[in-house]
Amino acid sequence: MQKSWRRGFHLPAVIGTVPMILVAVGVFVIGVGFSVLWSFTSSKLFPTYDFVGLAQYRRLWADNRWLISVNNIWFFGLMSITCNMLFGYLLAVFMDQRIRQEDLFRSIFLYPFAMSLIVTGLVWQWVLDPNLGLQAAMRNWGWSSFSFAPLVSADTALYALVVAGIWQGSGVTMAILLAGLRGVDEEIWKAAKVDGIPTWRTHVSIVAPMMRGSFATAFVLQCVGVVRVYDLVIAMTGGGPGIATSMPAVYVIQLITVRQNVGQGMAAATMMLLPVLVVLAFGGLVAWRRKRQGETEA
Amino acid sequence: MRYGLVTAALAVSTALQFAGQAAAADVEVIHWWTSKGESAAVSQFAKAFDNDGHGDKWVDSAIALGETARSTVMQRVLGGDPPGAAQFNPGRQYEELISGGKLLDLTDVATAGKWDEVIRPKAIGGACLVDGHWWCVPVNIHSNYWAWYSKPVFEKAGVPEPKNLDEFIAAAPKIKEAGLIPFAIGGDGNGWQIQLLFQDMVTAALGVAKRDEMYTKKSADIAGGAEMKGVFTQLRALKQFSDNGYANRNWNDTTNLVITGKAGLQVMGDWARGEFAAAGMTGVKDFGCMIGLNEAKPVVSTDGDIIVFFKQDNTDVEAAQKRLAALLISPEVQVAFNNAKGSMPVRGDVDMSTADPCMQKALKAVEDPANIVTATNRFITENTNQQINELVAQFFADDTMTADDATAKFATIIGNSD
Repeated sequence: MQKSWRRGFHLPAVIGTVPMILVAVGVFVIGVGFSVLWSFTSSKLFPTYDFVGLAQYRRLWADNRWLISVNNIWFFGLMSITCNMLFGYLLAVFMDQRIRQEDLFRSIFLYPFAMSLIVTGLVWQWVLDPNLGLQAAMRNWGWSSFSFAPLVSADTALYALVVAGIWQGSGVTMAILLAGLRGVDEEIWKAAKVDGIPTWRTHVSIVAPMMRGSFATAFVLQCVGVVRVYDLVIAMTGGGPGIATSMPAVYVIQLITVRQNVGQGMAAATMMLLPVLVVLAFGGLVAWRRKRQGETEA
Repeated sequence: MRYGLVTAALAVSTALQFAGQAAAADVEVIHWWTSKGESAAVSQFAKAFDNDGHGDKWVDSAIALGETARSTVMQRVLGGDPPGAAQFNPGRQYEELISGGKLLDLTDVATAGKWDEVIRPKAIGGACLVDGHWWCVPVNIHSNYWAWYSKPVFEKAGVPEPKNLDEFIAAAPKIKEAGLIPFAIGGDGNGWQIQLLFQDMVTAALGVAKRDEMYTKKSADIAGGAEMKGVFTQLRALKQFSDNGYANRNWNDTTNLVITGKAGLQVMGDWARGEFAAAGMTGVKDFGCMIGLNEAKPVVSTDGDIIVFFKQDNTDVEAAQKRLAALLISPEVQVAFNNAKGSMPVRGDVDMSTADPCMQKALKAVEDPANIVTATNRFITENTNQQINELVAQFFADDTMTADDATAKFATIIGNSD
């Protein structure tokens, strides 16, 4: 105990981490603090300190667009995270079959992630635009009754976003899980084979649990991506048609910049922070309990 | 002594040169005049300012879409790096910039140019004259109350050209049968085009007096009334006559559908005429214009554009900003700009005999004060404006939302507006 305490204040380490600490405190803690503070004020274009209590939150939860945004993020999040993890794992298994041209395939699958969402979103928008893209092409080739225009209908636009999100996110999940798969000892596969366990069973019951760390990493990355999904929506639908594909991050930016209503925008940003804080608190609690258990056992 | 003279001469010439350089300044102007007709118009401003004899330079920052341009300006103001000048629509979009002391006071320029005498109608000047100070330059009068239609489309469908919106709705099924898009609209920028149409319909349904009462008294009763339900019902009818490519389309691509004879009619402000003009078409001959959604009851709104100037801590730039302000409203520049843009000049003492027949309609209507509709932006903040945008855009996109629902939501927005 005494030793680790002294190690915590090792001078070079302190010097090395000071800039990071300053950035973390300055940008995150102070920035978040001001966001929360201003969410209780009547700030419009310029931040003010005219406190109005919870009025902005009441207006926020009465705003139809915010309610739609919240519904959308749940749907988008559940769909895209589930599919990304599933497809990412299947792709990783496929890549692990010692296929030829593995590097080429890996590049192809990772490519969507490497490009800016603004660019890929715009390409998706063009492909799905009924007057420019797939539908127009099919009709010009003679299939005149072909109809495929998911982005222009309020019912289907969100599905198009989910598909684009999966296309963009499954590659990186694959890369992380592939690294995890490669880290599993070859001997385990051999042992399972000797015991006559079918391959799928080995994956589900032995290998997947061993890759807990990789799954956690991929999952957290996906979650972060979902909470802050903004550029994909802006590039593909601009939140439309109407407000059908609005998301919380889009809503916050819209309120602060266009609607000139900083107070309500900050209230929305604070609401976005809440679930993250809950997850962090839960994680902290679990870690704390584990540590205490470790201490009592020792 | 000899040397002294030379030194003095050198000093004077250097000083002169320095003074000449110091007086000229670059002024960055952020605006959203990006369509073909609009950029032809704004280049008139740039040309006049670059050749004003002081060596000034117009630095053009064109950003497509009004709400994007405005939010860029606001971000730069908040970040402490405001542009030299920026475009806004007359109304409440910039009221916090005035109260926050961010704008350059133009009162001395206005007094020298007798703005209070030359600007007509008075309502246009009122957008810039706040508490006895001039905070912006009105550069044009745009009316949002117009419908533009393609003559060939109506001919092809075998229906008469419309004189009002009801006639158009009656003719629309025939146009659809002919394989053309009856009603052209675009849904970009949070649905502002749909709201423009909506506001035109609101004024037609309520009449000017009742509409003004709804906005000034924030009357949820009027906003939730039977007339408003009628507007939403009619809006749903119009949607059935639009095409499914509308979702992200901007206004000038929408106008282009009418210009190329793919669509029948578009409801849009008179900046659309700049697009027809840029395509080499003239009104009444090549395309039709319907004033105020009802030819029998012409109305003209006092929308338009204004330019604000931001305080800079540099007296040379400030002098150049004031030169630009005076130039924007000078008679020659007004004529050149507005003819290209399709709008009316803000001063009545200029020669507009070159204006096309559609503008002549507006110039005639504007003479009677009863025909003048105050711009919606004067009554509502950008926050309320965007809420209405979202409501009508959602209603337009989502066929499951009923007119009753939409009317109730509209009444809530108006009742809670600030």
